[in-house]
Amino acid sequence: MVNQTTPKISIVDYGMGNILNVKRACAAAGMDSGVTSHKSEILESDALILPGVGAFGDAMYMLQKMDLIPVLIDFINSGKPLLGICLGMQLLMSMSFEFGEHKGLNIIPGSVVIFDKLRDKSGRNLKVPQVQWNNIYRFKNQTSQDPWKGTILEGIKDYEYMYFVHSFYIIPDDFSVCVSQTRYGNIEFCSGLQYNNIFACQFHPEKSGSAGLMIFCNFKKKVMQNLKERSNSFVRKT
Amino acid sequence: MKNIRIIPRLDIKGPNLVKGIHLEGLRVLGKPESFAKYYYQAGADELIYMDVVASLYGRNSLLPIIEKTAKEVFIPLTVGGGLRTINDINAVLRAGADKVSINTAAVKNPEFIRKAARKFGSSTIVVSIEAIKQPDGRYLAFTDNGREHTGLDVFEWAKRVFELGAGEILLTSVDKEGTGLGYDIELTQRVAESVTIPVIACGGGGRLEHIRQIIVDGKADAVAISSMIHYDVIANHSLEGDFSEEGNTEYLKSEQTFSRVTPVYLQDIKEFLTNNGVACRFPVGCEVFNG
Repeated sequence: MVNQTTPKISIVDYGMGNILNVKRACAAAGMDSGVTSHKSEILESDALILPGVGAFGDAMYMLQKMDLIPVLIDFINSGKPLLGICLGMQLLMSMSFEFGEHKGLNIIPGSVVIFDKLRDKSGRNLKVPQVQWNNIYRFKNQTSQDPWKGTILEGIKDYEYMYFVHSFYIIPDDFSVCVSQTRYGNIEFCSGLQYNNIFACQFHPEKSGSAGLMIFCNFKKKVMQNLKERSNSFVRKT
Repeated sequence: MKNIRIIPRLDIKGPNLVKGIHLEGLRVLGKPESFAKYYYQAGADELIYMDVVASLYGRNSLLPIIEKTAKEVFIPLTVGGGLRTINDINAVLRAGADKVSINTAAVKNPEFIRKAARKFGSSTIVVSIEAIKQPDGRYLAFTDNGREHTGLDVFEWAKRVFELGAGEILLTSVDKEGTGLGYDIELTQRVAESVTIPVIACGGGGRLEHIRQIIVDGKADAVAISSMIHYDVIANHSLEGDFSEEGNTEYLKSEQTFSRVTPVYLQDIKEFLTNNGVACRFPVGCEVFNG
């Protein structure tokens, strides 16, 4: 039913990483969510969260084995909101160069590459993976309007700290999908993106304290808004 | 610029937060979940729960504590102590931990590190190394809170666990632990420079300057802190739930034993570090310092 008031939010379980803390963060933001790997449940959901920790190749292998790739693509094509977290963000890209070359879900044109020859200002080698709290910030050459308004980063201040654990980062072909950037050593990368109703972040909002929880609250708003739009179109049709 | 993580370490025995010296002579301080929530709100970057008797008695009473914590605390939580099997790790992660710390199981069977890293991802697997400096200057690795000798050289073992897929190393100097005499700089620096994964320095912090030293000279990527902040909570703050009856906190007033540990508020540690050129994170609502 589309006229329900409680949205059905599903966290996709494809065997990669600890997803229960994503569920706990949803609960803290007032969102009831379920964990599933069933095709029909995924397609019936009003919103999806695609989490993930681990290797890109293994993740695509699992999604393929569970026959979830066409399901995820169908869901995304339906225009309903999706939130990708960490590996879940990287999977949205066309391909990854993590231990070889792997095809991704190819929702967002671009690639996933490793942190290579990272150095800080003093020339000291930086550790990989990046395991730390790091700043997310807006693009500098923006117009006067706040570029985070209307995104899942709305209300978060520039240079807010988020928790990162990763060795790879995304390079979208079209940088206009990036909403936030982050710098690690001499590399500046896209740490948050929005493309139609797809939202994704490289950091772990479920582990980033109250700033991270705000992202879940913003996602909830997106889900409710989408539900209302779909509900209206349903009413008009009948 | 790299932000150094400040990580409260909470040693747990049964349902209680405890603290000892050289990982021995444990005293009850209060409820771990109350301290955890307090540190989360005070801007801790992560938390470590260490079940300090689990290995010894082969039991694990941590799960209910982890569950309570995970509902209220939204920063990474590492849990260790007595985790011997993939199932043990799974149970702790399901309860709400984000990472696990393993020691005995890794020493007994190093392939366990590889297996666990493959199953849960490297970033989930922290290998804990308990180091004791020998009279001949060598550092040897121990298990069971410094009780069991392994014969492993710490630096060789550190490289090995890195190669096997550990995501981080929690490096405890048993000699310094609980003494307030300062972290072991030589130990930490040698391990931190021999692996590319982050090293969390643990054991010995008594003053703010010790923390700065272990970051700047010891090259620590993160610092675990216990006595300094636990004593501050007991001395200066009251937490929800009265633990004064269970907590044997009287001893803290015995200046003689603990004069080497300066109680300090968690945010003051970060302010001190920032003022001394070490980058760290300030939580929401605080002024943002960035380089």
